[in-house]
Parts: sequence; C-alpha cells; structure tokens
Amino acid sequence: MSRVKNVFSKGKAFIAFITAGDPNLETTEKLIPAMSQAGADLIEIGIPFSDPIAEGVVIQNASERALAAGATTDKIFDMLERVRKKTSVPLAFMTYVNPVFVYGVERFMKRAAACGIDAMVVPDLPFEEKEELLSSCQARGIDLISLIAPTSKHRISMIAAGAEGFVYCVSSLGVTGVRSRITTDIAEMVALVKAARDIPCAIGFGISTPEQARTMAGYADGVIVGSAIVKIAEQYGVECVGPISAYVRQMKAAIE
Amino acid sequence: MKKGRFGNYGGQYIPETLMNAVLELEEAYEYYRKDEHFQLELDELMKNYAGRPSILYYAQKMTRDLGGAKIYLKREDLNHTGSHKINNVLGQALLAKKMGKTRVIAETGAGQHGVATATAAALMDLECEIFMGREDTQRQALNVFRMELLGAKVNVVESGTQTLKDAVNETMREWTSRMDDTYYVLGSVMGPHPYPTIVRDFQKMIGKEIKEQLQAVEHRLPDAVIACVGGGSNAIGAFYEFIDDPTVQLIGCEAAGLGVDNPKNAATLANGSVGIFHGMKSYFCQDEFGQIAPVYSISAGLDYPGIGPEHAMLADTGRAQYVPVTDLEAVEAFEYLSRTEGIIPAIESAHAVAYACRLAPKMAGDKIIVINISGRGDKDVAAIARYRGVKIDE
Repeated sequence: MSRVKNVFSKGKAFIAFITAGDPNLETTEKLIPAMSQAGADLIEIGIPFSDPIAEGVVIQNASERALAAGATTDKIFDMLERVRKKTSVPLAFMTYVNPVFVYGVERFMKRAAACGIDAMVVPDLPFEEKEELLSSCQARGIDLISLIAPTSKHRISMIAAGAEGFVYCVSSLGVTGVRSRITTDIAEMVALVKAARDIPCAIGFGISTPEQARTMAGYADGVIVGSAIVKIAEQYGVECVGPISAYVRQMKAAIE
Repeated sequence: MKKGRFGNYGGQYIPETLMNAVLELEEAYEYYRKDEHFQLELDELMKNYAGRPSILYYAQKMTRDLGGAKIYLKREDLNHTGSHKINNVLGQALLAKKMGKTRVIAETGAGQHGVATATAAALMDLECEIFMGREDTQRQALNVFRMELLGAKVNVVESGTQTLKDAVNETMREWTSRMDDTYYVLGSVMGPHPYPTIVRDFQKMIGKEIKEQLQAVEHRLPDAVIACVGGGSNAIGAFYEFIDDPTVQLIGCEAAGLGVDNPKNAATLANGSVGIFHGMKSYFCQDEFGQIAPVYSISAGLDYPGIGPEHAMLADTGRAQYVPVTDLEAVEAFEYLSRTEGIIPAIESAHAVAYACRLAPKMAGDKIIVINISGRGDKDVAAIARYRGVKIDE
C-alpha cells in the first residue's frame, strides 16, 4: 500500500513541487524534510529534463539550472536515499517519460521503490500510453498518477476509472506557471471524476496565492503548487530553505 | 499493430490537454482522406498553385563526370516556395480550413516549412504564427523576413539550444494553451500520431511521380533513391512508393556535422538510441539519462536530434539504409551541383547529393540513382559564403 492514501486522510492536502538539484542537490536534501515539517502532505520531486514541454518558463529555467549544476537521475536517487533516513513524508516523482524509459523502466522503478517513492507524475504519458510504465509501477507499489485537463471532457470517466492514488486535475490550458485567474469549471471536473470513481482529486497549474489555494481546496481534496515555490528557489538560491518553508506553512494554513 | 505505430515506434506521448485535439485531428483526417471533394481541391492546389508534378531531370553532365550510374534529380526545389514543404502544408492547411480552424501555428528550422505555412495561410485566409529558434533566425534571416512579408508573425524561441527542437517544444506549448481555433501544422513525419501518417501521405506523391516519370523514359524502376533526413519528410515522400519494390535501395542521408565522432553532429541513427520525445517513440540523440543532446549541423533543416518513427522502423528492418554526411561533404556537393548542372540545391538536399557522388562511381553504367533535391539553395548562399570565409554584403 503506497503512502498516498495517507496524504488525503487528514483534511485538505497541500502538495509541494520542487525541481531536484535546483540550485544543487544539497539544498534539495534539506528542502524535503523542511517542507514536510512546514506542512506539505506530499512532495513532488521534479527530475529535470532537457525539454520539458508541459512547463512554463519558471520550471524550464529550474530544470536548466539543475542540469547545469550536475543533477542526474542517479544522483537524485542517492540524495533521496539519504532523505529517507530523515523523513517519511510521501514522495512523488514528476518527470517526463524519456528519462524513465532511457534509464530502463524496471531499473528505474526498482531504485525509486528503494528510495520510498510513492507515486509517479508523468505529464507526457496520457491514458493511451500508460502501459509504458504501469506494470512496473504496480509491481513496486508505486501509484502512476492520472492527469485530467480542462479539455478532457468525455475522457474523464475513462481516465478516472483506471486512476490510482489521486487524480491530478490540471486547472487551466497551457503550461505550468503562476496565473492571476483560473477560469475552468473545476467543480464540474471534480464531479465527473467522483461520479466515475471515489478517488481524491488535487488541483494543480497556476496556483500561487493563499486565496487561490483556499478557493481551489474548496472544490477538491488537495492543491498542488509548483512554479510559485520554484520562483522562491530561483530568488534565494542555496538560502531558499527558510523562505520556502515559510511559504509552505502559509499555504497549508490557508487550506486548513 | 497498435494504432499509430510503425513497428515499435510512434505513439501519442503528449500531455492530456492535447489528447482531444489530436483525436479530433485523427477523426477529421480519416474523413477527408477519403473525401472526393477534398482530394479534388488538393489536386487542384498542387497542380495550379504548387506547380506539380515537379520534373525528374536527367543530370547528364554529373553522370558523365562521376562515371558510373545514371543520375536523375527529382526537382522539389522547383515547387512554389522552393521546397517539398509546400506539399504537406497545402494538405494540412486545407484540412485545418475544413475543420473550421482560423489560425495555424508551426515550427521551423531552416525556415522552409515556416515560409510554406505562411504562404498557405495567406492563400487560405488563416492567421499564422511561426516559432523559430534564435540561432536559426540568425542563420536564415532572409526567411524570417519572407514569413513576415507573407503576413505571419514570427516568434523567436530563446529556450534551450535555440534551434529546431526548441521551436517544436514552443509550438507544442502554444498549442496546449489554444486549440479551439488553432491547428498545429507539423512540418515533418514526426510528433504524435496521426502526424507521421498525415505528413507522409501528403508527401508520398514525390515517390509516385518518380516512379511514373522514370517509367516513361527508362521503362524501369530506379536502383537507388537517395534523400536527406532530418525528421524525414522528403525522404519518406520519396521512399514510400518503393517500399514494396525490394530491388530499389532506399538511402537516407543524416547530417553528421563536424563528423560522427565529434559531439557536434545530428546523425540520429548513427549515434542515437531509442527514446520517447516530441510525442513519439523513435531514435534520438541523447545521453544515458535520456536528456536530449544539443545537436549541430550546418543545415538548420537537419539540425534535429530525432527522426520520424517510420524511418526508425525502416532502419531496424533494414529496408532503408541511413548514412552520415558531414558539413564539409555537403558544402562540397552544394558547390559541385551548382557548378556542374547549374542547380543550387538547399544545403539539406546537398547531403543527399554528397552521398550520391560517393555511390555513383561504384555502380555500373546501366544502374539508375534518383536524388531528391528537396529544396533550392538560395537561402543558403550567404551561409556557404560565411563557411568559405567569403565576405558578402547581404
């Protein structure tokens, strides 16, 4: 049983994203337990990819910084092995299908499971192609997270029916990044998921302020925040642990 | 075979946000592919706007000079806009129009696909935005102005390596944000299903015409068909008709840049491995962790770290061969064809000419080689001058 179930068992969940290795892996190693202590219920760890087609500039730049600083999949695994001695916070990987495929799917999942990874979020692996990773994930007890988008419409029930862990509801069209307004009918998206399957829903893309988080949490079981956190990492560099912890604490408080 | 697959390759590895757009495209294409009116309209455009069929020219001086196989040139460079790209673009723009889209977006490397898309958009009253890497806008400055002249907006891509790969990334990102009224005119036989099939179908007349035209003068099939390969659209267009003719050798020429042993190359099949990127499973230039490699070629149109999935399959089965050609070999072939036949080929197509120059002398005089001259070289003249250290006032 993955730890993802626990994420949504204590009220609304706050899911925090960071790019591993930005600005370096030592900082990421400190950030994970710090964000957990600050109230993050699940931490999404981005494995940087050279060509992240679903990301806006903020996370694109973070991926570039991390790769330039020498982050590799192996070094990220090594870092997580050390992190796991300090915290049992549920962890998900967010990456693109190519780094997993080229590493070797079996080999990747074996190491991921050994580091206590609970879930995988892979934005360029839609329902039609999920077999690429699904059996290896299932064999290791890792939830392969399904995403639904504002354009999914009649696809939602099909996707939700086979979903594991939680459903990642993409709030807006376009790529990741801070938005001043979210115009999608989130309540309807969530209702369509719940009609197909009783599974937690978390909303991501565009959320940055406590007010937005509170509104979105009203529609769903959790909120996911990425670019807003990565921006703080960009601003403070190796000194980002304090400011990010403070931000996470504020966001978690807003949805409680 | 699974839908949208070429053996193990192909597929639809794209964000969920785009899935319905791609499914809508697939459905529309399946319908219009069989629609007589659509085909008639397209044939009319090909004939009276693009100038098809393009001629098959017997390169007598080159044949004599190389002293081996007879060489024919398929003159895609004579099409309207100067390359094979117009074939695919007219098909897709017409499809976009039928689907009720009012805006087209496209990536471009050398600028040929961008120019062709801007042209079709002007003709069909579609709003048009082109994405082009900063480095390519500098190498192909004239094409940027051509696109603007045709009424398109050119977006300069600053991310990553600022070349074709990044232009594709940025066009996909743009499509994710707006698909209701927007059609993505992909420029090569790559990307998610159904693009590799759509683009191949709109390019396959190249091989069909070669077959008919050669039959009329030589009463036989060619022994080899040679084309350059970036994503691979002119090559698949030239090859497709001959796939079931086992005596016809199919040869794709990849850009080897400074050489296959030098990191500055774009020879995907020589140096790449299987991966999943830009919506498809295929071969890519990448590292052991699946990070896409920054590739290089003098030719902006071949400067791409992947290859279309149908080529990946043809390479695996051995039905087609893929060979690396360096910058220097391509430049020499560019100059050679200009001097020998009075035809200035695109630097992309010059890669195919270079390999033909190697192959022809080894073949008997009764053998026939067809080289697909995918585009004309006017756009490259300034770059070749720079390569040779000649200062010209552009």
